Amino acid sequence: MDAVIENFPTFLAGFGQTLSLFAIAGLGAFVLGVIVATLRISPIASFRTIATIYTEVVRNTPLTLVLFGCAFILPYLDVRLDFFVLAAIGLTVYTSPFVAEAIRSGVNGVPIGQAEAARSIGLTFGQSLSTVVMPQAIRMVIPPLINVFIALVKNTSVAGAFFVVELFAAARIVINVRGDQVIAILLAVAAFYLVVTIPLGQLAAALEKRVAVLR
Amino acid sequence: MSQSVLYDAPGPKARRRSRIISIVAGVLVIAGLAWLIITLGAERVTAGGVTQPGLWDASRWDIFLDLAVWRAIGRGVLATLQMAAVAAVLAIVIGILFSFGRTAKARWIRIPTAVVLEFFRGMPVLLMMLFVLLVFSTGSYWAGVAGLAVYNGAIIGEILRAGIVALPKGQREAGLSIGLTPIATRFLIEFPQAFRQMLPIIIAQLVVLLKDTALAYIVGYTELLRQVVNRLSNFYGNEYFFSLFFVVLLIYLAINLTLSWIARFVARKTGSHAGAAAAKVPGVEGTQAITMQRPADTGLDQTPR
Repeated sequence: MDAVIENFPTFLAGFGQTLSLFAIAGLGAFVLGVIVATLRISPIASFRTIATIYTEVVRNTPLTLVLFGCAFILPYLDVRLDFFVLAAIGLTVYTSPFVAEAIRSGVNGVPIGQAEAARSIGLTFGQSLSTVVMPQAIRMVIPPLINVFIALVKNTSVAGAFFVVELFAAARIVINVRGDQVIAILLAVAAFYLVVTIPLGQLAAALEKRVAVLR
Repeated sequence: MSQSVLYDAPGPKARRRSRIISIVAGVLVIAGLAWLIITLGAERVTAGGVTQPGLWDASRWDIFLDLAVWRAIGRGVLATLQMAAVAAVLAIVIGILFSFGRTAKARWIRIPTAVVLEFFRGMPVLLMMLFVLLVFSTGSYWAGVAGLAVYNGAIIGEILRAGIVALPKGQREAGLSIGLTPIATRFLIEFPQAFRQMLPIIIAQLVVLLKDTALAYIVGYTELLRQVVNRLSNFYGNEYFFSLFFVVLLIYLAINLTLSWIARFVARKTGSHAGAAAAKVPGVEGTQAITMQRPADTGLDQTPR
């Protein structure tokens, strides 16, 4: 236990890095995901194709490979960035198709009559999407979206293997010094992750119930 | 929602406009790719003042003519598939146990199981692998297998639980009324139906598991990525680093896309409306298509992890 107390500042610093990775990549993935989702339902065929290929390719690439590429291949191509930024880029790219799919399934979940009604009173594609379909879709999208972000919190741990000193890397550093208290250290780190993921999970479940009642 | 509802069937003018935008977008994407390819192919001067040939130069791909290289890659693929297969079997077993514990009548089973499930689902897989590696000193292979099995077992458990909960109440009542014990009812009546209902989602989760075997790279297991990119580029020289990485990426994509396709095929074959029940599974992201307009499309989205 004393290994945890002694090294608490290291854990806190790592936790800060984890949270900032989560915040930056989460924001980036959300923006990128919305763009991809819009492209995927747009009237223009080539946009749909591009977005579909992007989604399929990124979703089927292991995260380790994405971050490996960001950490080793990008610098090789003369991209001179901090490893933190590289990891944030990797996580953003990796998470964006999942955001896009969550949004798209929300749009698909809006009853077809809603869109028909919007179209029949003469709204355009943009109008019916932004004033009729999206406001309803967003509600259904929020719980799965929260689940995507929970996964992102957990995924930041992979960045720890690629030169970003976040929580996972902090754990490894501390373990190197205090090999005698591995269990306590790892449980402490797990607690940090659970502090974020469990409340988010509860929030998603609670929201899901409310949405279900509303519909 | 079918896409055509959101906009009118395009007339000749709109069709022309959309075609022009299509072509412009296509050209932009191709131009971007071409730029990337040319940049990669350009000769570079390294820090030591040595000129390196571009990435598409034959000298950086010639090792792939060697059969030994492909044998080494094959070993990597096998190592990855082996880990995935063992972990998948264990994950399903663990998932079944979890789902029974979670739906048990006795409170002293149900509540601890729920807590344990919550604990496992909230943790990064990587942390579990590290835990097994250091605490049980099992070696990287079993660390990877155990981490993947427990984490995905917890998720499959939740999926199966949702499947059992979503069954019509009459199934259980019918089982009990013909004199089966509650446990026999669960095993013989409820569970087989829930499993079949949820099969597409379980397969989708197994694709995630296969993808996650790459995490074992970090705890030091020699799977595809380490075998090919680290070992082979150490052996043949750093100039092959990029080519080897590219090959690994393609192999992963080929395996995963095939499996995803199989999952979709199974979903269509069974015609299961698993999406409705999956909507109740927290943590199975992207499956929450609330209405069932496109059953083939729902319930198959992978969890990010």
